[in-house]
Amino acid sequence: MARLARNTVSKVMIHFAGEPIEAQAGDSVAAALLSAGYGVFRTTPVSGAARGPLCMMGVCFDCLVQIDGLGNQQACMREVREGMRIQPQDSAFDAVAAISLGDTL
Amino acid sequence: MKDHYDIAVIGAGPAGMSAASLAAAHGACVVLLDEQMGPGGQIYRDISRQKAADLTILGSDYYRGKVLVDRLAASAVEHVKGASIWQVSAELEIGLTVNGVAHLITAKHIIIATGAQERPFPVAGWTLPGVMNAGAAQILLKSSGIVLPDPIFVGSGPLLYLIAYQYLRAGIKIKAVLDTTPRSNFSASLRPLVASFRQIGQLWKGIGWLRELRRSGTDFVRAVEDVRIIGTDAVTGVEYKKKGTWQQLGTDTVLLHQGVVPNINLAMAAGCVHHWSEMQLCWNAAVDDLGHSSVDGISIAGDGVSIMGADGAETLGQLAAIGALQKLCKLDPHTCLRLAEPLLDIQSRRAPFRRFVDTLYRPAAQFLHPADETTVVCRCEEVTAGEIREAVRLGCKGPNQLKSFTRAGMGPCQGRFCGLTVSTMIANELNLPVSEVGAIRVRAPVKPLELGQLADLCSLE
Repeated sequence: MARLARNTVSKVMIHFAGEPIEAQAGDSVAAALLSAGYGVFRTTPVSGAARGPLCMMGVCFDCLVQIDGLGNQQACMREVREGMRIQPQDSAFDAVAAISLGDTL
Repeated sequence: MKDHYDIAVIGAGPAGMSAASLAAAHGACVVLLDEQMGPGGQIYRDISRQKAADLTILGSDYYRGKVLVDRLAASAVEHVKGASIWQVSAELEIGLTVNGVAHLITAKHIIIATGAQERPFPVAGWTLPGVMNAGAAQILLKSSGIVLPDPIFVGSGPLLYLIAYQYLRAGIKIKAVLDTTPRSNFSASLRPLVASFRQIGQLWKGIGWLRELRRSGTDFVRAVEDVRIIGTDAVTGVEYKKKGTWQQLGTDTVLLHQGVVPNINLAMAAGCVHHWSEMQLCWNAAVDDLGHSSVDGISIAGDGVSIMGADGAETLGQLAAIGALQKLCKLDPHTCLRLAEPLLDIQSRRAPFRRFVDTLYRPAAQFLHPADETTVVCRCEEVTAGEIREAVRLGCKGPNQLKSFTRAGMGPCQGRFCGLTVSTMIANELNLPVSEVGAIRVRAPVKPLELGQLADLCSLE
């Protein structure tokens, strides 16, 4: 992905599936992941098919990820924050498993 | 944020911003609720954060948004950003979540200005990663300066050409534009074109984008009859049919677009009556000249009513504000009429050009109800065109019954990306008008709300 030159933009470090990503302040999580070359955000609960963002405006719910242990987050609607830990959402979000994993997420 | 306002406006696009600013200027206590972190809606998205150099890429029309944003900033409007609105009730109560905390607020009058979304474009392979709406690519460009390499643009309509043109201005090579506008649309749109001579400047703008695209040497394929997107885990290419022959192009990025349609979920869940528009092939809210919907105390403004574009939305926002102010006795009927008349006049002069655009870029039938049985229609529940046709053969009469048959429309997007296709397909199969088949019934919460957030809301009361 290419980026056009911007005004002075501060950097924000986030993690996707454990890998560090340098994002720009003001990016949505979806923009930051796409910019880092990640096109697959989740797999579907029905067939396990890979999906990425479609609309980038909060309508399609295809960019769902887990953010800091919380599932079903629309990556296009959340702004990046320093230290954010993002996981792809595989199948349906399992809230019970997420709670029992606790701090490891 | 207070518990109660005179007027609550939902959506900070051109309609919402102009409605809120005008209402506040006449002494109303106004809150403007918006999902984004900055004002502008989608059309003027992130306008406050752009640097001047981007002007050459995004074009001067985009910078019209700056005027609206500045007017809003100078007003007494309370602008609540990052607000996810999950309910508007007929009792004029608004449920919203801000920073993970749910709130219930009330208003004497509510103006819904939720704008437009891109029309679903159900073709084989449109669920593959790497396929995005063209509008999504424009959002990436406006918000983060991100451009997707080597894209193939597929579809029809002014926004498609504008975004391709913006990519050219940004120095990005476009692999191809596959234009699906049916040839027959050109002759059909001649009469509305003649009727819209007063807005001919708009037409020149579009012609300019197309001329630039042609000059750049971009592969521009007209009258594309059908499209299949190929790939297994991600897009690898596009197959397209022209003059009955299939051809193939390789790419990682496909950008789809066949017009925009009103974002109706919030207004529908509030119980506002909508009618099927055969002209725009989507649901339009039933409103009077001043935006009042069928629900007392709720007005709807902008592209959320019917598609009129950014300038039209700005005017409709002002008209809705005038209507709300009159209702709240903040304007006498005489002043109300004096303010509204010139705006209604401007709006009526815009109508012929809109009819021309709607006629010229009316989507081809095969992209409204896909013939290919394996094409996914409901992306969330992965229901195919074949499964929907089978349900209709088994006796399914409408989109709400179809939920029990197939789960189509029951996923997290709540029918936003299949509702139109589902209603159109059932109508087509039963040979009935879409108005008779009806729409997927939308219920609150129209945006996800956590049980914990809901519980905290109850404990406050």
